[in-house]
Amino acid sequence: MSESGMQYRGMEDFPSTRLFGSGTPMCAGCGGLLVIHQLYDLLGSDTVFINAAGCMTLLSVYPYTPFRGSWLYTAMASAPAGAQGVRDALDILLESDRLRREENLEVVVLTGDGAAYGMGLSATSGALDRGLDFIYLCYDNEGYGNTGQQYSPATPHGAATSTSRGNGGFRGNKKDLFSLWAAHNPPYAATVSASEPLDLARKVEKLRSLRGPRMLLAFSPCPTGWGFEPAQSVMIGNLAVQTGIWPLKEFIGGKVEHTVLPEKRLPVEEYLKRQGRFAHLFASSAGRDIIAELQGAVDRYWEGVR
Amino acid sequence: MKRLLLTGNGAAAWGARLAKAEYIPAFPITPQTEIIENLAAWIDSSEMPGRLVTLESEHSMMTAAGGAAAAGVRVFSATSSQGLLYAMEMLYTVAGWRVPFVLVNVSRALSAPITLEPDHNDVFAARDSGFIQIHCSTCQEVVDAVLLAYRLAEHPDIRLPVMVNLDGFYLSFTREPVTLPDQQGAAEFVGGFDPLGMAFRAGAPLSQAVAVLGGSQYSYFRYQQHLASLQALDVYDDLEREFFGRFGRSHPAVEAYRTDEAEMVFLMTGSFATKAGNAVDALRESGIRAGLVRPRLLRPFPVRRLRQVLRGVRGIAVIDQNLSVGKGGILYTELASALYGQENAPVLLSFIGGLGGRDISGEEFIGIARVTIDAIRSGSVPEPRLLYTADELRHIRKLQAIASVQQENHCRNHE
Repeated sequence: MSESGMQYRGMEDFPSTRLFGSGTPMCAGCGGLLVIHQLYDLLGSDTVFINAAGCMTLLSVYPYTPFRGSWLYTAMASAPAGAQGVRDALDILLESDRLRREENLEVVVLTGDGAAYGMGLSATSGALDRGLDFIYLCYDNEGYGNTGQQYSPATPHGAATSTSRGNGGFRGNKKDLFSLWAAHNPPYAATVSASEPLDLARKVEKLRSLRGPRMLLAFSPCPTGWGFEPAQSVMIGNLAVQTGIWPLKEFIGGKVEHTVLPEKRLPVEEYLKRQGRFAHLFASSAGRDIIAELQGAVDRYWEGVR
Repeated sequence: MKRLLLTGNGAAAWGARLAKAEYIPAFPITPQTEIIENLAAWIDSSEMPGRLVTLESEHSMMTAAGGAAAAGVRVFSATSSQGLLYAMEMLYTVAGWRVPFVLVNVSRALSAPITLEPDHNDVFAARDSGFIQIHCSTCQEVVDAVLLAYRLAEHPDIRLPVMVNLDGFYLSFTREPVTLPDQQGAAEFVGGFDPLGMAFRAGAPLSQAVAVLGGSQYSYFRYQQHLASLQALDVYDDLEREFFGRFGRSHPAVEAYRTDEAEMVFLMTGSFATKAGNAVDALRESGIRAGLVRPRLLRPFPVRRLRQVLRGVRGIAVIDQNLSVGKGGILYTELASALYGQENAPVLLSFIGGLGGRDISGEEFIGIARVTIDAIRSGSVPEPRLLYTADELRHIRKLQAIASVQQENHCRNHE
């Protein structure tokens, strides 16, 4: 392994082989699937994906799978506990010479925000407490996407969802899962976006050099849930980064570092106006106030980043 | 073999140790906790090889148990009551994964009201989960059942998790003389763990527990599970004979005590069945031809065995230490379905008792036998009875009086 985070200087350093199969039942333009494609090419097939109930559960439908490696679907709340059992079993087999070193696997939890931010939080915190050696990938599409985009604890303030169609949209605020992870002081946690593949690849390289609980929280634009054309998925990701709504950062060695600093942040409107879920904000003065609130929150966040 | 005084919990822990369980996902809950404390102490002192991990809930514990078994190691776990219900989603799930492991449930009544002492509503709530169920009535049975359970679970024709049930307090904390199989004999009986290709390793990718689309595929896998469970009836008989040959103790799928020429029998599970056995002795002495029938296997349900054992019996008092609210005793319903339409079927009487650890006294057993004999003679079967004495009712009235006095005081303070 090269020096951590140094292997990927440009797109030419990326693996040329596409390991992840095509033809999945995911929606066209699925942002979560983009992340999985990129991650899987980097991690390789010596992996076992432990899945929590969500959109990605439909990746492996009997008898097909796009994964060249292994897979175990668990339930909505307890994928990290499934990872615990599998990791512990692999360690027991390694220690007793029933599994050769080269047969060992990286254990990867694959979860949506619905499980990660809510029902699965206890199991995740438990795995962090125990220092479980695993990678945790949360594709965050900011709602219960698989059931038709009801609001979840990951839904941003003001977004219309199928359970927040009223004036003002979702009244709550998006939970800060990154900080919840950081509070557990894990070896590694990072936010990523498929629209920034180089940043993502460097982070994957870094986390592969570490052991213990390691998270990737992936921004996952959802055309069907958010209301935009599938072709715009990467653009929405770019705008989330450029407006500063989705900060790209990592927690390593007990410190938070921002890995991409938007030089001149675009107004959040540029991001909001391209999505049906925020359309209502542009239609009333109360909506305009919410946009101002959202801009204020982003400004305050970045003022704290020095 | 050595003979020790062991609690039911101690016996369960010894079962796991003798079976060489190598992974134990755990979570403390009364009255089961002593099992995992024993195992943790043995592992910490290197008396037992293995790894014990405390999860943050029983739901996670059961997921980790299934995950580790799916990855190819021998797993043991234990829980009780609320814990079993908290894990309920995963009981069905891991049974569907067809992972072989053993879970001990130490029965405790369910909330609400929250309490500590036993009845069987917890284990019967898991009746349809796909787990095989073995119900014990002595500490000796507990250790023996754990060894049998591993053989059942890991049998190539079965491959299902097995639950071994014992009563909280009455067995879990009660010391009884237990003959422990020696480690070598137990290891030979249980054998090494064969994952039968169920494993996760680089170079041999495997997708487990994937989704299906459509009822046809779903039905196929569910039927497979059911048929595998039914195979356990014959496999259990074979294993039980092998166990007897090696260790000299017999644990048939249906225990029949003094059922020869029996006119009436008690039919029940768990530790209180030993009290029913004492009542049978007393009744026989007074000239009443009583017996006791105790199914050890509850899933799969040993229908053929029960019919055999009950042939010629004229009346059965089913004593349920559980209550399906709005229906009645669960065992009663199960037995009725097994005997319906049989020629010369006996009369079936239903008694609910022993909820939340309430005792069933010797006098009550005798009374139950009398009522059953009357029903046989008269042909008139009484309504299901909820066992409760006049003394108990007087006592609860006293408590209610105290409760309402306090309530009045409370109200007055607010006036």
